[in-house]
Amino acid sequence: MAKQRDAGVSGDLLRLRGLGLTYANGTRALDNVDLAVGEGEFLSLLGPSGCGKSTILRLVAGLLAPTTGGVERVRPITRGDTGFVFQEPTLMPWARIIDNVRLPLDLAGVPRAEAQERAEDGLARVGLGDFLRAFPAELSGGMKMRAALARALVTAPRLLLLDEPFAALDEITRLKLNDDLLALWERERFTAIFVTHSVFESVYLSGRIAIMGPRPGRVVEQVTVELPWPRDLSVRTGTAYGALCRDVSDRLHRAMGALI
Amino acid sequence: MRRLLPPLVGLLFLLTWELVVRLRDVPVFVLPPPSAVATALWNDAPLLLQSSWITLIITVQAFLLALITGVGLAVLFKQSRALEAALYPYAVILQVTPIVAIAPLVVIWVGYERVNLALLILAWIVAFFPVLSNSTAGLSAVDPNLRDLFRLYGASRWQVLWRLALPSALPYILAGARISGGLALIGAVVAEFVAGSGTATGLAWRVIEAGNRLNMPRLFAALTLLSVLGILIFAVLTGIQRRLLRHWHPGGAG
Repeated sequence: MAKQRDAGVSGDLLRLRGLGLTYANGTRALDNVDLAVGEGEFLSLLGPSGCGKSTILRLVAGLLAPTTGGVERVRPITRGDTGFVFQEPTLMPWARIIDNVRLPLDLAGVPRAEAQERAEDGLARVGLGDFLRAFPAELSGGMKMRAALARALVTAPRLLLLDEPFAALDEITRLKLNDDLLALWERERFTAIFVTHSVFESVYLSGRIAIMGPRPGRVVEQVTVELPWPRDLSVRTGTAYGALCRDVSDRLHRAMGALI
Repeated sequence: MRRLLPPLVGLLFLLTWELVVRLRDVPVFVLPPPSAVATALWNDAPLLLQSSWITLIITVQAFLLALITGVGLAVLFKQSRALEAALYPYAVILQVTPIVAIAPLVVIWVGYERVNLALLILAWIVAFFPVLSNSTAGLSAVDPNLRDLFRLYGASRWQVLWRLALPSALPYILAGARISGGLALIGAVVAEFVAGSGTATGLAWRVIEAGNRLNMPRLFAALTLLSVLGILIFAVLTGIQRRLLRHWHPGGAG
C-alpha cells in the first residue's frame, strides 16, 4: 500500500518549478522552490514560522500569483478539486454546521438534495453526525476543526491543502485528529500537502517531508519517511519513529542554521 | 434585586418631585407635579395617542427608509470603489449639516400641504448615515480566510455578496440600526419643531402647542410619551439584534 503512494509510482499530481514570490514592499517570501508532489502522496512542508510554508499552499491553491516560476498541474484541476483547511476552523458563525459543510457544493450549484446528502455523509465520516444542526459557537475547537475537514472533503477533492490545521488544538485532540486525518486519507486517497512546524506531527503523518529554511523560503532537503502504514499507536511508540524524529529534527536545525 | 433598582429609583424620584412641588407651592406652569402630568395623560389620551401614532409612523418609515438606502448604498459602494469615492463625501456633508438648518428649506420645497413628507425626509437624513457607515465597515469586515475559501470554490460576485459579505456585516448593520432608530425619532421631532405650523400634528407639535398655552401638564405628558416611544424603539431593535445574533457567540447574547 505504501509503495503505491510513493512519488513517481502513480505519477506526479503537480510540480512546483522555480517558484518565487516577492511582495510589493520588496520582501522575498519564497525563492526558487522546486518540488514535485506525487498523486495520492501525503507530503509535509516542515519549517520555522515565516519560512513561506503557508505561502506555498496559497500559490498551489491559486489564491496568490507567483512572481517567478509556476505551479504546473499535470492534470487539469477543476473547481472543487482542491480542498483547503486553514489554521482556524474558518466556519461561518451564522450558519449551522451542515450548511457550512454544504457550502462548496452550494457554490458549485449542486442540486440541494444531493448536496445535503453528501454533506451529511461527510459529517458522519468525521464523527459529527449528531451535530448537523448545531452552530459553530456551540462546538469545541476540535469539533469545529472536524467540520472544517468535512467541508474540505465534501467535494471529494484530489488535492487537500492543510495549513497547520491542528496547531491551535490541545495535544490530546491533536493526536486524535492526526489519526482521523490519516484514516480519511487511507480511505479517500486524496493527495495531501500538510504544513506544520511540528517535527513529530510531520513524521507521523507523512510519506515524505520537505524541510524548508527561513526567509526567503526554499526547500532545503527532502526526507522519505520509511514507516509502515497504517500508522497507529504502535508506530508512535516504536523505536523507528523516535529515530526518524531525531533525524528530521537535526536536519531541520541544519536547514535553519545554514541560512541564518 | 438588581432589576428592581431602576424602577425603585424612578419611584423615589417621582415621590420627591411630587412632595417638593406640593410643599413649596411651585406654580403648575413652572413645574407640574407628577400627579398632574398623569391626569393630563389620562384626560388628553385620545389627542396625545393620535399624535404619538403620527410621530411613530413617521419615525418607523424614516428608519426603514434609512435601513434600505443605507445598506443598499453600502452594497453599491462595495461593488465600485469609484462610486464610493465619488459619493461618500456627500453623504458626510448630509450628515454634518445641522438638520435644524435644512429643515425650513425642505419644508418649503415639499410644501406645507405635504408636511409629513417633509418630516419623513428630514428624519431620514438624520437616520441614514449610521446605517451607511456601519454597513460600509461591516461589508469590509469579512474573515479573509472565508473570502479565500469562496474564491477557491469559484463563488460568483453575487454569491460572495449574498452568502458572505452581507451575513458578515450583519452585526455592524444591526449596531447601526440601533443608533439609527433613536436618531429617526429625534429627526422626526426636530423636523416638526422647525416645520411646526399646525399642519403637522405629531407629538412635537403637542409640546410646542402646550408650551405656548402654558399647559405644562400636557407638555410633560407629551414629553413622557416621546420618551416611551424612544424606549420602545430601542427595546425592539435590541430584541431583534439579540435574536438575529444569538448563534454567533457561545453565550448566545449579541
